[in-house]
Amino acid sequence: MSPWDPGQDVIEVQRGPEPGGAAGAYRAFGETLRGLKTTMARVFEGPVTVEYPEEKTPVYPRFRGRHKLHRFEDTGLEKCVGCSLCAAACPAECIRVVASENTPEHQVSAGERYASVYEINMSRCIFCGYCEIACPFDAITMGNDYEMADYTRSDLIFTKEMLLADPIERTPLRREGE
Amino acid sequence: MSTHLAAVGFPESALVQVIKALVIFAFVLQVVPLILLFERKALGRFQARIGPNRVGPYGLMQPLADVLKLLSKEQFTPATAVPWMMALAPAISIFTAVATLAIIPFGDTRKHALFGADYGLYGIDVSIGILWAFAFGALAFYGLMLGGWASGSKYSFLGAMRSAAQLISYEVSLALALLGVVITAGSLSLTEIVNGQGHIWYIVPQFVGFLIFMVAGFAETNRPPFDLPEADAEIVAGYNTEFGGMRFGSFFMAEYINVIAISGIATAMFLGGWHGPGPGYLDPLWVILKMFFFIFVFVWVRATLPRLRYDQLMAFGWKVLLPLATLNALVTAIVVVATA
Repeated sequence: MSPWDPGQDVIEVQRGPEPGGAAGAYRAFGETLRGLKTTMARVFEGPVTVEYPEEKTPVYPRFRGRHKLHRFEDTGLEKCVGCSLCAAACPAECIRVVASENTPEHQVSAGERYASVYEINMSRCIFCGYCEIACPFDAITMGNDYEMADYTRSDLIFTKEMLLADPIERTPLRREGE
Repeated sequence: MSTHLAAVGFPESALVQVIKALVIFAFVLQVVPLILLFERKALGRFQARIGPNRVGPYGLMQPLADVLKLLSKEQFTPATAVPWMMALAPAISIFTAVATLAIIPFGDTRKHALFGADYGLYGIDVSIGILWAFAFGALAFYGLMLGGWASGSKYSFLGAMRSAAQLISYEVSLALALLGVVITAGSLSLTEIVNGQGHIWYIVPQFVGFLIFMVAGFAETNRPPFDLPEADAEIVAGYNTEFGGMRFGSFFMAEYINVIAISGIATAMFLGGWHGPGPGYLDPLWVILKMFFFIFVFVWVRATLPRLRYDQLMAFGWKVLLPLATLNALVTAIVVVATA
């Protein structure tokens, strides 16, 4: 009596020929030539190097780079009203917001209050984009800038003025379908 | 002829010999950095990248920067090392590598050609010919062995042991592969062998010998895929782990001179040496072009093949290459005797 018949569950493993012997040496020689052909093809294709400091890889539109704070284009007032929702949403706790009241003589933002201090510690930021999602006024968005290396940690704390300003050097952006 | 230190096939004055020795040494010293740069650039292209291009235009000054860096570095000696042997080992490596280069012919012998002096376009045409190369190839092993052993470090020692085993295994195949050519040409002298290739290069009748020679040559020069003495993944850098500065540079340079030497021997033995179209004064150019082709192959293979495992290396050397080389020499001998 035969044991249980596995039927369709049998998997036939396809194995190559065993190494060694004259046939093995012949195959090894052929495979060596194939490898040489492969590397030579790379020479004719040319290098794929992007020489970074001179040429930058374009980022995708949804790339989450350095944050940007925004103003209203018509009035020039800041969009941020100092609600601290971004700071609450931030998993890395790198955002610090101190809100102050707007006065008629000193109108900074469109709402009742404005952010008198808005700091992002870039050395802690994980670029998750939660601040952007949490913001009810689209005052903070993730930009495309990724060149933020610096020599000291304190230089990596970005103030409101730095976040409002345009990046010094624009990062190339990939167009749709590129 | 008593003025000559070695028995040579073509007598030259002592002055010509001294000048040739100086020219060869100077030439090699200039060519090694160029080959180093060529290798790095070509290796880059094989791997779809650019290679060094920061120092000077197109990175042409890169070898200069490398050499200056090596010259300015400290000659570190571990506490467990034997200092004078550590100093001696790279010198042996360089010496044997350059000495091998002496027999490579760049052109035929000329009578009363330059200022009425007889000269041949090679370092020395010793009567033992290609055996000279084997002799110095065997001595070169002492450089690696002393360097590894005198370092007093286990990685160096392992690397030295590997190089010992590898050189002994592959030197036999190398010699047997060239034996076929020697039998066909009926001479040991490289100039005689090249002269014998006037109508057909020995790569055609000795193709198997050529393949064996190339494989064994890769192993002799410790080049990938046979760079087990300095397998950086397993034993740091093998025999030159503890070497720094120009001592390391010497080992490095010896490796490249060996590559030039093997290319030169392959050119003379299989690719017809200086034979090529054009007038006689183009002879050295043909040799250099053919050598360059071999150097290119060395780089190409390095870019392609992964390093062999140690037992694979040994099994390949003794079980495949040696019987094949013996058979090749045997068949050649039978054919030569039968057709004579």
